[in-house]
Amino acid sequence: MLARIGSALIVVLGVCTLVFLLLHLVPGDPVDAMLGESARSADRAELRRALGLDRPLTTQYAAYLGGLVQLDLGDSFQDQRPVTEVLAERLPATLQLAGAALALALVLAIPLGVLAARFRGRALDSAAMGFSLLGISIPNFWLGPVLILIFSLQLGWTPVSGRDGPMSLLLPAVTLGTALAAILARMVRASVLEVLGEDYVRTARAKGLGEIAVMRRHALRNAWLPVLTLVGLQLGALLGGAVITETVFAWPGVGSLLIDAIRGRDYPVVQGCVLLISLTYVIVNTATDIAYAWIDPRIRIG
Amino acid sequence: MSLSVAQRLALLVLVLWAVAAMLAPWLPLTPNTITLPRILAPPGPGLLLGADDLGRPVLDRLLAGAGTSFTVGVGVVLCSAVVGSVIGAVAGWSSGWIDLVIVRVIDVFLAFPGILLAIALAGILGPGIGNVIIALAAVGWVGYARLARAQVLSLRRREHVLAAQALGLGSARILSRHLLPLAMAPLIVEATFGIAGAVIAEAGLSFLGLGVQPPAASWGSMIRDGVAYMLVAPHLVLAPGLAILLVVLAVNLLGDGLRDWLDVRLR
Repeated sequence: MLARIGSALIVVLGVCTLVFLLLHLVPGDPVDAMLGESARSADRAELRRALGLDRPLTTQYAAYLGGLVQLDLGDSFQDQRPVTEVLAERLPATLQLAGAALALALVLAIPLGVLAARFRGRALDSAAMGFSLLGISIPNFWLGPVLILIFSLQLGWTPVSGRDGPMSLLLPAVTLGTALAAILARMVRASVLEVLGEDYVRTARAKGLGEIAVMRRHALRNAWLPVLTLVGLQLGALLGGAVITETVFAWPGVGSLLIDAIRGRDYPVVQGCVLLISLTYVIVNTATDIAYAWIDPRIRIG
Repeated sequence: MSLSVAQRLALLVLVLWAVAAMLAPWLPLTPNTITLPRILAPPGPGLLLGADDLGRPVLDRLLAGAGTSFTVGVGVVLCSAVVGSVIGAVAGWSSGWIDLVIVRVIDVFLAFPGILLAIALAGILGPGIGNVIIALAAVGWVGYARLARAQVLSLRRREHVLAAQALGLGSARILSRHLLPLAMAPLIVEATFGIAGAVIAEAGLSFLGLGVQPPAASWGSMIRDGVAYMLVAPHLVLAPGLAILLVVLAVNLLGDGLRDWLDVRLR
């Protein structure tokens, strides 16, 4: 387990480094990009000094890492507020959206996958897998507006955008959760099918155990572990998809903050958002890895 | 190898897409011609899919957008698959510190949720189709690298490889002649799904305003522009969205079939 945490820390360092380098990928001078070409050279020098861009790269990197350890991500160019403050404000909305999408996806995918496996090869299976394929292929920036068109504009059941009341969470959660549900359904089906082929299931059936009991006591118990791992891995895609979903629905989370910051050339905030989202992903993945090893005794020995 | 009805339809969609993409510059289309009297015209005779908020014919823009999505889809996959496979194969073959470094780099890139890094990169590099391809390829190579490395690691113990080594063949020769041809299958499957991913990613970036810039047509930016007029002219959002959906669905369907076919054959 220590080895896992160790390599996770290396990855964390790599992530921070890559994000630091991102800012320096700006074509031309970031200061020019911020002030515009007609700025006076005195202003430019001033801003450069304020941002620390006049120091050698290694010094900037050290200062950046030092700041990170103290949870100081600099100040937003647009608001002059600490980036950490801005992020803390927006994080709950994203967590709420991601949580709702995940819950929705699980509620939809697990029964669908189990039933598809149970009735493999029959109409239910084909229909379920067809829906799954559709769910993977629909872009969420299209699904969102279409749902808005039907449920907000035509039917008036939900607000068009913004975060305000429980109904406003529904469409964004469905939009974000659909792709995840589609992938999960496939995985659940595959996992249950694999377990159903195991010898202990054959034994249970030979013993005369009813099908429902076989499912409950033997199949599902062992099938959910790979699904758990997949959820951890897919969390990244969920967070990535949240960026687009939040933009479509004007949901005030970290994702829409990222897009606003990119448009406004607010690089500290861009860095902050990317760092927050990716580090969350790394932590969740490492935790999932460790939990998986702890839960499945076979892995521990290997 | 016989194809199901769905697979035949999917192949048809893809062929149409490729043809549209390649022929579009030569056809008498007017995707960027602003014709104010025709603003938001609904589909009808002469304007098969209606016109957008600047009077530009939606069908023409759709075809031009096909070119964008095809170029990005194929371009990104070619770049990232080639670069990624080579890096991964080198890692798998070398072991030692080269492998260690490459694996760490792969882990770092994989730590970013897929589209996030692409969005940040595209946002920082600036708009334009070239930057979109760069951003997506810079994020996409990792999957192929990891796969190629795993393949090389599992294949290098095969007898014909050991024999080649014993005969004194150089590493590059062994990798290219004896290892990669066997490793190709999963890489090709990954590349197929990669096309679907790249098409959605390009459309997503354009939707966010980070991809191709106006007046160039992209299915993603068409959706973004059309959202404002959804109530009065839903065809502006429905047409490009359906185009993306059909192409991606077709690619995914064929990718599934390809994977199943290769799986059976290898076993």
